[in-house]
Amino acid sequence: MSVEYSPYLFMVLLLIAAVVFALAPLGLAWLWAKRFSPRKPGPVKNAIYECGLESKGDAWVQFKAEYYLYAIIFLIFDVETIFVLPFAVAFGGLSAGAFVAMLVFLLLLVEGLFWAWQKGVLTWK
Amino acid sequence: MDERLRSELSKQGIFTTTLEDLYNWGRKNSLWPLGFGLACCAIEMIAASMARYDLARFGAEVFRPSPRQADLMIVAGTVTKKMAPQVVRLYNQMPEPKYVIAMGACAISGGPFKQGYNVLKGIDRYIPVDVHIPGCPPRPEALIHALMTLQQKIDEQALTGARRPRHLVAEAPSEFPVPEYGEHDLEPPNNPAVWQPPTLVRSE
Repeated sequence: MSVEYSPYLFMVLLLIAAVVFALAPLGLAWLWAKRFSPRKPGPVKNAIYECGLESKGDAWVQFKAEYYLYAIIFLIFDVETIFVLPFAVAFGGLSAGAFVAMLVFLLLLVEGLFWAWQKGVLTWK
Repeated sequence: MDERLRSELSKQGIFTTTLEDLYNWGRKNSLWPLGFGLACCAIEMIAASMARYDLARFGAEVFRPSPRQADLMIVAGTVTKKMAPQVVRLYNQMPEPKYVIAMGACAISGGPFKQGYNVLKGIDRYIPVDVHIPGCPPRPEALIHALMTLQQKIDEQALTGARRPRHLVAEAPSEFPVPEYGEHDLEPPNNPAVWQPPTLVRSE
């Protein structure tokens, strides 16, 4: 006489075994730690780790948004250099149209610089 | 378990052990030092962890960058008075059970700077040191020897009774007082619970 088993019964049994297999070491470790490695918290132990130094101030600091002006002016000079250098190298073989186009480009950048100058960004405060 | 019975069983190929021995065996072979060098001794410590001396043979090559994961502090080098509070704070932040190896003449006594004004005359004035290594600097072999000595010490620790480690004593403090950098010297100049200056006894 054979007994009919549901094929899913074995899956459930294996699932339970797998979960117990995974959780049992964790539980044992927890019990071991509770008995042989008791928690001993303290103000220094729980303090923020900063290479042994005491942490100072707040982590939520803000940077001044006005620094974007420095970024823009840096871009003016930086981009200008990138374009002016090849322009200077190839200057002898350029047509008059190219020269005018380059002057317009430089004028646009100088205009930006002039705007920043007027705004007082270049004065060190 | 009777020692004679144990050896008799091991002759028959049956090895017996205790939970305590198993625990200590695991602990002593997985000492994770704090990646923490103070002076030239740290170079020797680094050399000991590299291929030629290979600290990994003792399971102690995992230098942790955070005290939260370390259980061995190798005080490798000169502890200046400016640095001593940080050393004690790092030691406090390590989880129990934790051990300290004082490496080199400076860490154990102040070494060549003992007469100076700004060097701590031994880190054992503030934290309990398990193994002292003399030398200036000690060779990597000396550090390995210290590690083996510490392993022996861990192996002999019991889980219960009088030989149990400090963290299992309920009334033992979990933290050691961090000295303050005072006007002339560290305050207090030493932790009286850990170290007391030797008293001079004159014979009349």
